[in-house]
Amino acid sequence: MSVSAKTLDKNEYFYGHKACAGCGGSLAVRNVLKVLGEHTVAVLPAGCMSAVGFNFPQLCFANNAIISTFAGTASMMTGIEAGFRRRGIKDFTVVGFAGDGGTADIGIQALSGAIDRNDNIIYICYDNEAYMNTGIQKSGLTPFGAKTTTTPAGQNIHGNIRPKKNMFEIVAAHDIPYAATATIGYMNDFLHKVEKAAHIQGTKYIHVIAPCPTGWGIPVSDTIDAAREIVDCGLWYLAEYENHKFKISRDPKTFTSVEEYLRKQARFKHLTDEDIKTITDSRDKKWEFIRKNWN
Amino acid sequence: MTKPNVREKKVFNFEDVPEHTSFEAGYLVSINSGWRSIRPVVNAEKCIGCMQCYLYCPDGVISIQENKAVIDYDFCKGCGICSKICKPGAIGMERER
Repeated sequence: MSVSAKTLDKNEYFYGHKACAGCGGSLAVRNVLKVLGEHTVAVLPAGCMSAVGFNFPQLCFANNAIISTFAGTASMMTGIEAGFRRRGIKDFTVVGFAGDGGTADIGIQALSGAIDRNDNIIYICYDNEAYMNTGIQKSGLTPFGAKTTTTPAGQNIHGNIRPKKNMFEIVAAHDIPYAATATIGYMNDFLHKVEKAAHIQGTKYIHVIAPCPTGWGIPVSDTIDAAREIVDCGLWYLAEYENHKFKISRDPKTFTSVEEYLRKQARFKHLTDEDIKTITDSRDKKWEFIRKNWN
Repeated sequence: MTKPNVREKKVFNFEDVPEHTSFEAGYLVSINSGWRSIRPVVNAEKCIGCMQCYLYCPDGVISIQENKAVIDYDFCKGCGICSKICKPGAIGMERER
């Protein structure tokens, strides 16, 4: 297993798409397809990646790709996998790219069903922390304090009042063969996990942080920096779940400042010092749990 | 290296629009260069061919040819990620004229 920039497939499978400049989600899709190769069928539910990839007649996938219903990403992948199997085709991969809303809110029952059946598919959740395609509405994976159009920042309520849903552990609780978290900021780690998933039989789930410059309120050139900083400051963690065990892929000795990370983003601009302390405390609590129970 | 390429723009009548969810993959009819207000310019002397810009470009417009980064300006949106990621500082951003 040694996927890197040098060994990566030189062909482009997601090209000429209409995503915003600096889009994190499109980078995740592009590189995952380069790891999995041309015999890959991509399933995309309603969301940014289907909106920017399929504008008839501008079709930006060089491999087979299909739009599924919003709730049915995983069930459509099940069907495609079963269809190939029935026809005796062996050299193929079925991969799904759903956003955070399409995974944690709308698509969760289909995903749960697919994991229960242990279908041989790879499910990638590209998490930009809100429904960005329809104009930034709160999803189950929007973090505490983030301003969206459905959780506006006012004098009394400062953005989203609920924490981010713990999707990685929800998936792991199914006792899935392989689950991992990643960020597009640490691309080698992410691509290693995708390659590892491709060699495992059964359902695989990878949760990748993919910043959205439009929704997060950051300059378009800062996508990668934000995706790195969220891990460096401890608000996101890189981990794997395999053989019934959790494992941390990156355990930072010291965290960078949470405040610094939050203050760079327009969606957190309204936060008071007290709110930032709440976020920092929840981070510390989470890491205390992780260090105690994982490894 | 293969990638989706730009075809001749046909006029699709209503009857030509596929009823089913099937059409040729990798069929492009328009380019994205008009989205840009700044453009990345590679300084070939400084470029060491480390491929980081290629790895992190969301649009996949950078390829490495003869150990130097080459940019497909038809599809570059000018986000500037390549310029920021480049450790030797070989990619500068210039205003579009």
